[in-house]
Amino acid sequence: MSILHDLLFDYTLRNVALGSMLLGIVSGVLGSYAVLRGQALLGDALSHAALPGICIAFMLTGVRTPLVLLLGAGIAGWIGTMLLLRIVKDTKLSEDTALGVVLSVFFGVGILLLTIIQHNENANQAGLDKYLFGQAAALVASNVITFAVLGAIALLIVFLFYKEFKLLSFDPDFASSIGLPTRGLDILLTSLLVIAVMIGLQTVGVVLMAAMVIGPGAAARQWTDRLPVMLLLAALFGGLAGVSGAVISVQASRLPTGPMIIVSLTVIVLVSLFFAPQHGIVPDALRHRRDRSSLRAPDQWETVDGGMQ
Amino acid sequence: MNPDTVILLTGVLCAVACSLLGTFLILRKMAMMTDAISHAILPGLVAGYWIAGGSNLLVGAVGATGAAILTVSLVEALQRTRRVDGGSAMGIVFPAMFALGTILVSRFFADVHLDTDAILYGNIEFSFFERLYIGDRDLGPQSIWVMSVLLVVNVVFLTLFYKELKLTTFDAGLAAAIGFSPAIMHYALMLVLSVTTVGAFTAVGAILVVALVIVPAATAYLLTDRLILMIIGSGAIGAISAITGYWLAIRIDGSVSGGIVTMTGVFFGLALLFSPSQGLVANLRRHRANRRRFALDLLVMHLWTHDRTDEEASESTLGHISAALHWTPEATTSTIRHAIDRDLVIRYEGNLVLTSQGREAASNLLKR
Repeated sequence: MSILHDLLFDYTLRNVALGSMLLGIVSGVLGSYAVLRGQALLGDALSHAALPGICIAFMLTGVRTPLVLLLGAGIAGWIGTMLLLRIVKDTKLSEDTALGVVLSVFFGVGILLLTIIQHNENANQAGLDKYLFGQAAALVASNVITFAVLGAIALLIVFLFYKEFKLLSFDPDFASSIGLPTRGLDILLTSLLVIAVMIGLQTVGVVLMAAMVIGPGAAARQWTDRLPVMLLLAALFGGLAGVSGAVISVQASRLPTGPMIIVSLTVIVLVSLFFAPQHGIVPDALRHRRDRSSLRAPDQWETVDGGMQ
Repeated sequence: MNPDTVILLTGVLCAVACSLLGTFLILRKMAMMTDAISHAILPGLVAGYWIAGGSNLLVGAVGATGAAILTVSLVEALQRTRRVDGGSAMGIVFPAMFALGTILVSRFFADVHLDTDAILYGNIEFSFFERLYIGDRDLGPQSIWVMSVLLVVNVVFLTLFYKELKLTTFDAGLAAAIGFSPAIMHYALMLVLSVTTVGAFTAVGAILVVALVIVPAATAYLLTDRLILMIIGSGAIGAISAITGYWLAIRIDGSVSGGIVTMTGVFFGLALLFSPSQGLVANLRRHRANRRRFALDLLVMHLWTHDRTDEEASESTLGHISAALHWTPEATTSTIRHAIDRDLVIRYEGNLVLTSQGREAASNLLKR
């Protein structure tokens, strides 16, 4: 029970676990929509595209307040997404090429700016590069409060637009035919994903954010065919991965928190893929085998077959 | 060779080797596989160093190539279960591998030279100091050797299998029917990509590899539809980006790999804006021209409908046209100006009257 005790009363662990859990819940819910709409890697592109925003926010303001930097990250990520949608819409480049271009170019510009900052002002820059790999272990109460506010706004909007987002995800043509502003809804849903990425950058970093967006939704999808259940399960899985990753990394020394969250999440995804009753690989194979044995040819067929020999 | 030349040459060699492959990757809609591979080779690299007991080029490269092939196989295996789509499969596999690599680094190599930042953006700046030795003989900078070999391998691969790659990329069904296995070409391409990624990764870091593979090829694709021009253009854009990017980085005292990526982005941006066939400016102009033509057609048809009828006088005033066609006064004036410029209509006592040319245009529209 010492883990439970630590979770409740150890200041550091409580903040790390809470922050990671909030990230898991928010990115799980918003990521579910990305997975359903076949835009799984959008989160990856967004988180890379955010880096120059962090650098420019720092260059303009000279402060390292997380909220300021994350606001810059959000704006840059948002611009990256709009550019991505424009490239896909107006040119013959396919979506994955556009993703790769936006992701790598924005990130490269971010690295260029980051190194310029590092070379110019050595004293104050420490910490900017933490966004590359996240700094879950260094989360403090004020971070958690920021996450909670951002996450609550995002989830509230998902709740308010539940019906619209559902239609947009499953039948966008029908949605636009009954007069829903699909383009606006598309932009809104993507912008909400930017919020999840803002939380994630501080916790698991640029690279691992892709998994936080995709993992919970992909796992939840195996357990159910109903959207509300899927969203709840994704939130549960994401939150669980966050808390367990945080706890494990504190228990064993020298294990970084962000990567441990991703390892926990990967375990959840694999278990779901293989063992979920509804779509899991093993239950599916068992059902298949049972159906085959119940369909086995009657004895007479074997006689006929034998007679032909 | 002095250090600056080594850095520049490494950059150019990497750029050309990567961007040549990029053409086929983006045509096969597999651009993001590069991203997955370049991140996922980390645990293989670490495992290689662990086995060799330190930073060792060959063992590290074998481990990393193994990890790259494992990544491609895992992504495809996940996709084949049909429980997740391609993007999700990548997004599940490569962060897991990268996380594993980071954990290995922090657990076993916390003090060894394997800087996690360098994984993402490389340290091409030090390429002069990483030398290749055979016995005690110093053969020169390692990165130059590695990237030269990889460039030759890629050029030979593309030349030997040009026809097969082309066919399997554009018509996999036909290729299979006449006996070229699309699967073999796919795995050959993945293997070459993996080896190139590993080689370039150690020189310039994960993100530069992704940028060099995808961005020059995407830029070339915006400019041409011919495969061979696209391949050559992609290599050339890669090389120019490397040279100008190096210059930019030195000029503003930033990272060289960041500078090179930024320049690939600048060239992509220029192509995106100004490509004659695909560019946003050309699109906008086409859109405008279409709108203007449609407006002219509408005007001519309206006048034609009422041509030589009793209500012609009232239907062909400026104010009435504006109201009937739901145009703003400015749009009406500008359309009428264009129509007069083209001799489709003339003004006559405050009314618009079709010229014979205008009548012909209208009756041609009806025949369409």
